[in-house]
Amino acid sequence: MSALARMARTLRRSLLHAVPMALGVVILDFLLLRLMPGDAADVIAGQSGSATAATMAMLRAEYGLDQPILVQLINYLDHLAHFSLGFSAHYNMGVLPLIMSRLPATLSLMLAALGMALVIGIGFGMIMASFEGRWPDRLLSLLVLLFYATPGFWVGLMAVVLFSVKLGWLPSNGDMTIGAGLTGMGLLVDRARYLVLPSLALSSFFIAIYARLTRASMLEMQRQDFIRTAASKGLHPLVIQLRHVLRNALIPVTTVAGLHFANLLGGAVVVETVYGWPGLGRLALDAVLGRDYNVLLGILLMSSFVVIIANALVDVLQGWLDPRIRRR
Amino acid sequence: MSASSIVPVAAMRAAPRGRLLRAFLRNPAFVCGTLLLVVVVCLAIFASWLFPGDPQDMVGSPLLWPFQDMQFPLGTDSLGRDVASGLVHGARVSLLVGVTAAAVGLAIGTLVGAVAGYFGGWIDAVLVRLMELFQTVPPFLLVIVIVAIGTPSAVVIALAIGLSSWPMVARLVRAQFRSLREADFVTSARALGYGAPRIILSEILPNALPPVIVATSAMVANAILTEAGLSFLDMGDPNLVSWGGMIGDGRQFLRTAWFLTALSGTAIALTVLSLNLVGDGLNEVLDPRSGRS
Repeated sequence: MSALARMARTLRRSLLHAVPMALGVVILDFLLLRLMPGDAADVIAGQSGSATAATMAMLRAEYGLDQPILVQLINYLDHLAHFSLGFSAHYNMGVLPLIMSRLPATLSLMLAALGMALVIGIGFGMIMASFEGRWPDRLLSLLVLLFYATPGFWVGLMAVVLFSVKLGWLPSNGDMTIGAGLTGMGLLVDRARYLVLPSLALSSFFIAIYARLTRASMLEMQRQDFIRTAASKGLHPLVIQLRHVLRNALIPVTTVAGLHFANLLGGAVVVETVYGWPGLGRLALDAVLGRDYNVLLGILLMSSFVVIIANALVDVLQGWLDPRIRRR
Repeated sequence: MSASSIVPVAAMRAAPRGRLLRAFLRNPAFVCGTLLLVVVVCLAIFASWLFPGDPQDMVGSPLLWPFQDMQFPLGTDSLGRDVASGLVHGARVSLLVGVTAAAVGLAIGTLVGAVAGYFGGWIDAVLVRLMELFQTVPPFLLVIVIVAIGTPSAVVIALAIGLSSWPMVARLVRAQFRSLREADFVTSARALGYGAPRIILSEILPNALPPVIVATSAMVANAILTEAGLSFLDMGDPNLVSWGGMIGDGRQFLRTAWFLTALSGTAIALTVLSLNLVGDGLNEVLDPRSGRS
């Protein structure tokens, strides 16, 4: 079977797995949110300042809130099947367009953080494994332990003190210079400058995880027989490290990276608050505080879908890294 | 991860207690971590004796830097509250929430993992799906939603963090039970006519515990980090001083009085670091294969 066909098969199986999972997520999230005290009618009434019992009843009837819970769930599923996530009274727009307007900011933050965590973490892990027990290993181990113990948002705040307040190198708030009217390369550099600190804050914890994991699994790989075979074949040590040790050591790293995708999204909520990043995390927090349930439900769903898609991609990646993982 | 490997319990049983203790004492990470943790726990226990009075009281002039006025060795915040007192009382909240949340997560995770691993079949299939379902929801968002459903009290926060962290334990316990359920001692227990609850609780569970013990310190550490994030977002218990809340308060004065943020963050980092060191030490001693042999 060709590599491409194999990847297509893995992808199809992952998708088949994903559909019932997505349905389960919808039901779980829906039930959770019905447990919330107060409903959308209360919020609207609260915003308008006053409402009679009759207006409240009218509002509830308009939003279908007076129906039994099962009917409400079926209604929601029906809307979902038509790609509608409902309407946000607070923002006065559909929930799906609202989420879609915020999703790119969060995704770019997450991908930048994930990339940074993987590159630095695997790099640190490789150095630590190559210098096992000597001073580079000890020094980096200490640094990694500190990263592992520090809340990411605090790393972010301290980085603001150092890089924005004291040194003045990087901006600390927002995702682009407002009103600069930049285009092309200038715009890209501007965006990148705003991205550095938030993604560092979000990635610090994950750098530690990947570094520890890479170190441990590379050390385990170095003891394997096929590595000794490769060495006795006369392969250059660097080639052995990169093509044989690292490639196999990456399998647990990708598994964990897939598992942590949800944690990365959760961490984005706090980091976005620190840096005023206009993403889904801030939207979720505002939705909780404003009791904007449709928005909250939409964000929960969207983040679960992102996680499910990420896991399917990890499956495919693992199939490529290790052809033995074809069916589990 | 090393925590998910199956620990040979025989090695633990065979070693006399003295030798196990010596193995722990020879492990520098474990000793450092334990000492640090003991200090934090002592500060938390004796908080009201060391710093009597409410840490939320305004006692001095606002925004004093550390060592500026020796009456407040670590300075005061924007409302003139003693930072040292806040840090020590905050240790109480962080540790209590951390330990309670870990206990909740361990209880649910162990129950679900044990049932899934022992019975297998469709029960296992359903429970594994449930674990996967919970793992697709970002844990921090789930905690925020649960706290919003309830009230922001320390108990609800601990419950919420526990509810968001059980799948990890469940996977660990399930793997242990799957590998142990065909073991000879389980077969003989079955042959003796023991019921499933008795086999699960008194035969398999004690043998499945070592990796769970190792995971406990990581769970407490994670719960402390989550609580800090929550109270940083102003969703913590408003009646208690917590480290995350202190960071949140200090954030507005990041330019002029960054020591407020730095000090409370350092407290979190040191506590979590001590728990991680203890966890690493436990892992290396209980599972010698994972360490540098």
